[in-house]
Amino acid sequence: MILQVSGVSKWFGGLKALTDVTFSLQEGQILGLIGPNGAGKTTLFNVINGVYKPNEGTVTFRDVDITGLKTYEIARMGLARSHQIVRPLNDLSVRDNVIVGACFGRENNALASAGTIADEVMEFVGLAKRADQLAGSLNIGQKKRLEMARALAARPYLLLLDEVLAGLNPSEIAMMIDIVMKIRERGTTIIMIEHVMQAVMSVSDQVLVLDFGKPIAFGTPAEVANDARVVEAYLGDPSLAAQLLAPSSDQPEQDD
Amino acid sequence: MSLTKLRNPGLWITVIAVLLLGLWPIVTQRASTREEIFTVLLSVVLASSLNILLGYTGYVSFGHIVFFGLGGYVGLYLIIVQGWSLWPAMAAGGLAAGLLALLLGQAILRLRGSYFALATIGINEAMRAFINNFEPFGGPTGLSLNFQTYNAYGGAANALWLIYYIVLILALFNIVLSYVVKTSKFGLGLMAIREDEDAAEVMGVITPRSKTWAYVLSAILPGVVGVLFFFKNGNIEPPQAFRLHMSIELLVMVMLGGFGTVFGPALGAVGYQRLRGLLLTSDLFKNIQLAVAGLLLLLIILFIPAGAVGWIRRRFPILRRYLP
Ligand SMILES: Nc1ncnc2c1ncn2[C@@H]1O[C@H](COP(=O)(O)OP(=O)(O)OP(=O)(O)O)[C@@H](O)[C@H]1O
Ligand SMILES: [Mg+2]
Repeated sequence: MILQVSGVSKWFGGLKALTDVTFSLQEGQILGLIGPNGAGKTTLFNVINGVYKPNEGTVTFRDVDITGLKTYEIARMGLARSHQIVRPLNDLSVRDNVIVGACFGRENNALASAGTIADEVMEFVGLAKRADQLAGSLNIGQKKRLEMARALAARPYLLLLDEVLAGLNPSEIAMMIDIVMKIRERGTTIIMIEHVMQAVMSVSDQVLVLDFGKPIAFGTPAEVANDARVVEAYLGDPSLAAQLLAPSSDQPEQDD
Repeated sequence: MSLTKLRNPGLWITVIAVLLLGLWPIVTQRASTREEIFTVLLSVVLASSLNILLGYTGYVSFGHIVFFGLGGYVGLYLIIVQGWSLWPAMAAGGLAAGLLALLLGQAILRLRGSYFALATIGINEAMRAFINNFEPFGGPTGLSLNFQTYNAYGGAANALWLIYYIVLILALFNIVLSYVVKTSKFGLGLMAIREDEDAAEVMGVITPRSKTWAYVLSAILPGVVGVLFFFKNGNIEPPQAFRLHMSIELLVMVMLGGFGTVFGPALGAVGYQRLRGLLLTSDLFKNIQLAVAGLLLLLIILFIPAGAVGWIRRRFPILRRYLP
């Protein structure tokens, strides 16, 4: 078990953003995290990686209780993430952005070896040509890939991806999914928040559905797609939900 | 830090430019030129030091002169009251400034943005008030050097040259130090903090530690040159040691030359002191020099926020490699 979230609740003042969330994740898997807007998905990431301390519950990462640790402590233990709203280090070059990831992440690399890793990762996500450009000058698709590259450069055990497909065009989406699959092949465990349903259903081994901060379903994509509560939660429109979820059943990659 | 990095031409152009400037009074042997360049070199040290905090880390310190003043006080106290010689007193002044930064860092580096800036002003004023009432440092009258003290350094005239040489060396050292920090892993962490502190933390930068060391590093040399300045001056008093407007002038220099660059603060220091020298000859400007500094700061922030070197770096990306 690489990650164990037990009974996590998080309040923002009177708003309960997460209610008693419990799940665990096996090494090498991709967990899809879905749910309507405001369901608490990003908040769950923020609790896992230490941005917020949960009001209740614990997070265990690789058999260590990390609840309440600082984000940089958790990052150094091998947990990296991308941000839903991209956060490039604008005045640094793309390469330096990625080197930051490699330098301060799990492996605590020296600058020189971090540079080698950065070059490799930039090649991998298709940013090699942009290496010397300032990060602030990238377009949104490239910034999303930069988020991904920085997280990957840390060589994490667990990677949290927060809507890396949002705002991308179809060819960029295809490219990004390809990258995600390759990352998994390398043995990295992934939790992926996604609204592009077809994509998340096709790559995930397991799917967790949040609605108003509560986990309402957990299982394989096929199981979740056929869950009445999930269908109901999605826009209250069963036909639309069915339409979104349907393609998952005929994806060849599905059997694991 | 590999040695090949030190082959950067931009670094050596900066070092040689400052060296030539520093050698000028030595060649001409004119005391008046020496005094003028002394002020410039002092500013180079102070501005380059401030740049590590302001330019690399992105924390605006309005009260950086507190380290200069404290260093001066500690140094002069040790020389005058304890009979130390200049060298260990310089080291002690730097150490005291670094220690103060270390302690303050724990407390105020948690504040972000303008809160931190305000806190630094408060610290400068608090230190001034404290020393005003601190008897070992002479309270409001301060400390004065006995003229005989200079005899150990070959008399007053020689001592002035000696101090000049030391400040020149420190200025050169500080430029190399700025470069080494900027191209190090530590420096990369600082710049990540400047760009987005939360994102830096998520990537594993231990921000409290990095910020504290940046603060300490930016405080030490101001403490050392504080000792030199007041040793040369012959006396030190609270209002002289903790002049808030000097802090503001330092900000102007860093912003003028280009914050976050290695060459910028040195260029800004030279440029600003040059300008100030011109203005000071006019009676009108003598009285409003602080207002001029403030106005200049405003104009820079509005029109060339990246400063001169930063502007060139942006305008001509090819030169980026040569202007670290
Ligand atoms: N820092 C915060 N302070 C107060 N409320 C917050 C904070 N962060 C999130 N919330 C609230 O918590 C709820 C869950 O937000 P969260 O961002 O986790 O949703 P999400 O599932 O990621 O949504 P989306 O799909 O739109 O990204 C929302 O109602 C949001 O307004
Ligand atoms: Mg979200």
